[in-house]
Amino acid sequence: MRTGKPRSLAEHAPLIYPALMLLVFFVIPFGIMLAVSFFQRVQGGFYEPSFTLDNYGRFLSAFFGNVLGFSLGLSALAAVICVGLAFPFTYLLTRLARRRQIAWLVFLLSVLSLSEVIVGFAWSTLLSRSAGISNLLVAVGLMAEPVSWSPGFAALLIGMCYLAFPYTVLLLYPSLVRLDRELVEAAMTMGASPLRAFFTVVVGAARNAILSGLILAFVFTLGIYLLPQLLGRPQHWTISVMITDQTIYQSNLPFGAAMAIFLMLVSLALIGLTLLLGRQKAAG
Amino acid sequence: MSAAWSIRLFMGAVGLVLAAPLLVIGGVALNEGRVLHFPPRGFSLQWFVDIWRDAGWFDALINSLSVATLSACLAVSIALPLAYFLWRWRVRYAAALYTLGTAPFVLPPVISALGFLAFWATAGLYGDYLTVVVSHAIFFVTLPMVTISLGFQSIDRGLVEAAATMGATPRQVFRTIVFPLVRPYIVSGFAFAFVLSLNEYIVAYMVAGFTVETLPIKIFNSLRYGYTPVMAAVAVVFVLVALLVFGLIARFGDLPRLLGALQGQEK
Repeated sequence: MRTGKPRSLAEHAPLIYPALMLLVFFVIPFGIMLAVSFFQRVQGGFYEPSFTLDNYGRFLSAFFGNVLGFSLGLSALAAVICVGLAFPFTYLLTRLARRRQIAWLVFLLSVLSLSEVIVGFAWSTLLSRSAGISNLLVAVGLMAEPVSWSPGFAALLIGMCYLAFPYTVLLLYPSLVRLDRELVEAAMTMGASPLRAFFTVVVGAARNAILSGLILAFVFTLGIYLLPQLLGRPQHWTISVMITDQTIYQSNLPFGAAMAIFLMLVSLALIGLTLLLGRQKAAG
Repeated sequence: MSAAWSIRLFMGAVGLVLAAPLLVIGGVALNEGRVLHFPPRGFSLQWFVDIWRDAGWFDALINSLSVATLSACLAVSIALPLAYFLWRWRVRYAAALYTLGTAPFVLPPVISALGFLAFWATAGLYGDYLTVVVSHAIFFVTLPMVTISLGFQSIDRGLVEAAATMGATPRQVFRTIVFPLVRPYIVSGFAFAFVLSLNEYIVAYMVAGFTVETLPIKIFNSLRYGYTPVMAAVAVVFVLVALLVFGLIARFGDLPRLLGALQGQEK
């Protein structure tokens, strides 16, 4: 509706409770986390107030550098694979009749809501030697004997793409739904093949959506914390796993908090980038 | 091979890969033996019965269901007045409030989880049942906020103005016109928050993982320390709940519109 500004206290009243809840239970926790990231760790799993940059200084170690490099590389790879598959898929989805589209969306949402625990368990079974896909391949004669693919890098990558795929589809869906059908029809009337029309017209028109999809899928996969433990080996542990590990098992909340703040800054910078892309689209 | 066939092949292949883990879970849950073999042998529903028989699993189920219900209610109670205020008035800090409400969902979850942990540890409530409820409510507040905001935007202004001209007080307008129109969006927001809370692991684990065992935590623990097909049976129940809830939203609401807006608002 958006008419006028609220003046009296009564008109502000609906805001008080939600603002208070978000302030107390979201803003203050972040403040505490930020403060703890500068605290000094003391023996026995506790920490005391101080102002030290040691926790951030540990980022400079070779070990942490490796973990960070691996996390970023893995997420980038997963994001590219996801968008590469999700973009044509979403485009085709939006061309389906409404009923079938809705059936797909219900299915995608159900897959999206699957817990990481369940996805990890299911894929470790699918890629196992005793009951996995390789048994199926042996049965049809494509392989000599069943093999185990999990844990391993490929298993982890597959699991991550699986988790991020429905999310990526739902990210791309709004912009592809609105894409003008006539553009493609015009291109085809002018003699372009369907495939050529797709790559030149659709991909071109949705360039910004693809870029923001890539970035948001990247941020999403950066946040995956269980799959590396279920489908990967210790050298495949990502920064999200390290944060949990340092906090819970090493009882080093200050270092965990410093890593979380760092991860947050990276994510915010990337999300900010997608906002800029969105604005460009609105302007152009 | 025609283009239509290659399109069907591609979408069918994607659907198959997406469904594969669900088939495996179903296979393990219905398999008679403790260990899954290929091809599966025997058929039994005993693992579903065990969810009810085994006290550990049953407690986890009750924990998960009650946390999801309470936190989704709390999330809606925060989101509804916020969305109403942002729709009703023109304020400069509206965008900031909206962004604050979407932040928990957009950032990698481990960050919010750690923030909650630091907060509850400082408050001396670490491990309490209510910490999980409140943390989940804040963590998932984004979903009802986005859907309810969408509901408000879809209200015809003329209706509200007409009622006001006829002498209805703002309270009457809200009760008789605004609320009934927004109600389906409130239900969708509740449903999204409920289903995702059921499946949430990291926040629940960080704030009370050792005292309040929800089903995802229980599944993870049994995956690490002692495999049992009961976890697959639980997973099947979860998938069925998700299918049912989203199916109902699709049946009674406008799912493409809800999803088309989810991102438009988020940006």
